[in-house]
Amino acid sequence: MKILANNIRKDIVNMIFEAGSGHLGGSLSLVEFLTALYFEKLKHDPDNPDWQERDRVILSKGHAAPVLYSVLARAGYFPVKHLLSLRKLNSDLEGHPNIKTPGIEVGTGSLGQGLSIGCGLALSFKKKMMSNITYVIMGDGELQEGQNWEAAMFAGNNNLNNLVAFVDWNDLQIDGKVSEVNGIEPLEAKWKAFNWNTRVIDGHNIDEIIKTLNSGADSVKPLVIIGKTIKGKGISFMEDKAEWHGKPLNKELYIKAMEQLEIEI
Amino acid sequence: MKFDTGQSIEKIATRFGYSEALIRLLDQNKDILVLDADLAKSTTTSLVQDRYPDHFVDVGIAEQNLVGIAAGISLNGTTPFISTYAAFLAGRAFDQIRTTVCYSNLNVKFAGMHTGITVGEDGPTHQMLEDIALMRVLPNMTILNPCDYNEAVKATLAADNLKGPVYIRFVRESTEVFTKKNDRFVVGEANELLKGKDLTFISSGPILYKALQAAEELINEGYSIRVLNFHTIKPLDNDAIIKAAMETKGILVIDEHQIYGGLGTAVSEVIAMNNLDVLYKLIAVEDRFLTSGKPEELLNMTGFTKENIKRIAKEMITQKKSGT
Repeated sequence: MKILANNIRKDIVNMIFEAGSGHLGGSLSLVEFLTALYFEKLKHDPDNPDWQERDRVILSKGHAAPVLYSVLARAGYFPVKHLLSLRKLNSDLEGHPNIKTPGIEVGTGSLGQGLSIGCGLALSFKKKMMSNITYVIMGDGELQEGQNWEAAMFAGNNNLNNLVAFVDWNDLQIDGKVSEVNGIEPLEAKWKAFNWNTRVIDGHNIDEIIKTLNSGADSVKPLVIIGKTIKGKGISFMEDKAEWHGKPLNKELYIKAMEQLEIEI
Repeated sequence: MKFDTGQSIEKIATRFGYSEALIRLLDQNKDILVLDADLAKSTTTSLVQDRYPDHFVDVGIAEQNLVGIAAGISLNGTTPFISTYAAFLAGRAFDQIRTTVCYSNLNVKFAGMHTGITVGEDGPTHQMLEDIALMRVLPNMTILNPCDYNEAVKATLAADNLKGPVYIRFVRESTEVFTKKNDRFVVGEANELLKGKDLTFISSGPILYKALQAAEELINEGYSIRVLNFHTIKPLDNDAIIKAAMETKGILVIDEHQIYGGLGTAVSEVIAMNNLDVLYKLIAVEDRFLTSGKPEELLNMTGFTKENIKRIAKEMITQKKSGT
């Protein structure tokens, strides 16, 4: 699983280097969570992306599309070499997720909208007596959008225990530290106040992620997993640097990044 | 075709056509869910709630969330119908409609309630006169603007039959029911209510009734006026506009909306893009916020009266004659 996560990191760096643009930092911080989710927990079938009984994943922080594309490719939704078409004219792998890509449920990219979509899916599964689980992947800066809290209130009030949100808490957004731009703490208490179950974990510890995902469905409440993460995780010169939110790599730094990822294994 | 434009005509608000159609769809066991944002009595969806409580969800005063929830519901195969005042739907939730619903071409139906001038006393915050402009620029969106109760029922049923997002425009006030239950209603096809060759009136929504009244009086005075009901604003019936321009050489649009971006603008685009040689005028709200007031007072203030329509029509016909 660690090797897989490392390969996904390499995919991300390769894709964004080839594209000449894309969001490295927020993709790298999500690698462990998405790897654990897709390869250990999620009910899905890459050969049949429209399978009725599949769980649903909504990437609310749509700018982290590269990590999701890599995970989908490694899971078998499309060939890994297709990843290099990221952001190219007429490729389905656009800058932000869209429904042309196998495995993508809905287009996202305007922040703060995914949790509402997740609420609608979870509500619909309950109304139709279906046991599918809906996962919504959110950024921390994204929580500054008010719509999230409309959705959080709705999910809490409607006992959507088939809804799991993940917050990628790397404490960075484009303009600086989340805590300095417009702080979101106390974060766990906020979700509790909206009637959610909460877990705060190390968002880069795959075992802890899996354990937490497997312990979710014991309550009438929705679950939020707040993952403490490092933006740019795995590449030393990117780690915890706001500037690597959307900056492309030059050749020299690309080689340096790939060397670091080679040593990891 | 002859219309009863007399005093005895029945009046019902178009918004009641919305809930009537939804109840009919649920009577047929259609897989739909009706959602509202704390305005169920105003939008009339409380009538659906009374009859089918399991098919109704109130999300509270949270329009952005309303649209997102509807998007999620549509992703599991159910057709959501969502309603609130148009100002808060097309306005407040514009980005949600654009990026979440239209981009992914999701099957969500939007009912924009209390549109136009006739919200009256509530004032400019609630008098939604920009919704057509906002919805018209969105790829994948269909826009319907029913002129009376019967057409409101048909528009809602038609929305259920279409795949993809549909925006339907409704009004609060009771307005004349002047179309028949069995009149033809095809999305994208304008209805010719009166045949004529001197001038064409193009309108939609309940304000169309005033255009029709004006046309009938002009006809009694010896003029020949064509009246087109553009119940579908997108996709627009370009052929009907081209035909009207070529055959009548004059088009007057009566649009209960701001002058920019509404049906009036849509018609002028067709004229310009097809290089049509036609005299064109538009009665709409002149790029301003109005004020509180009685619906009729506001309609008088903005020129949406039979008399004003007749006056402009006669000027156009005179201008046409002197120009040729």
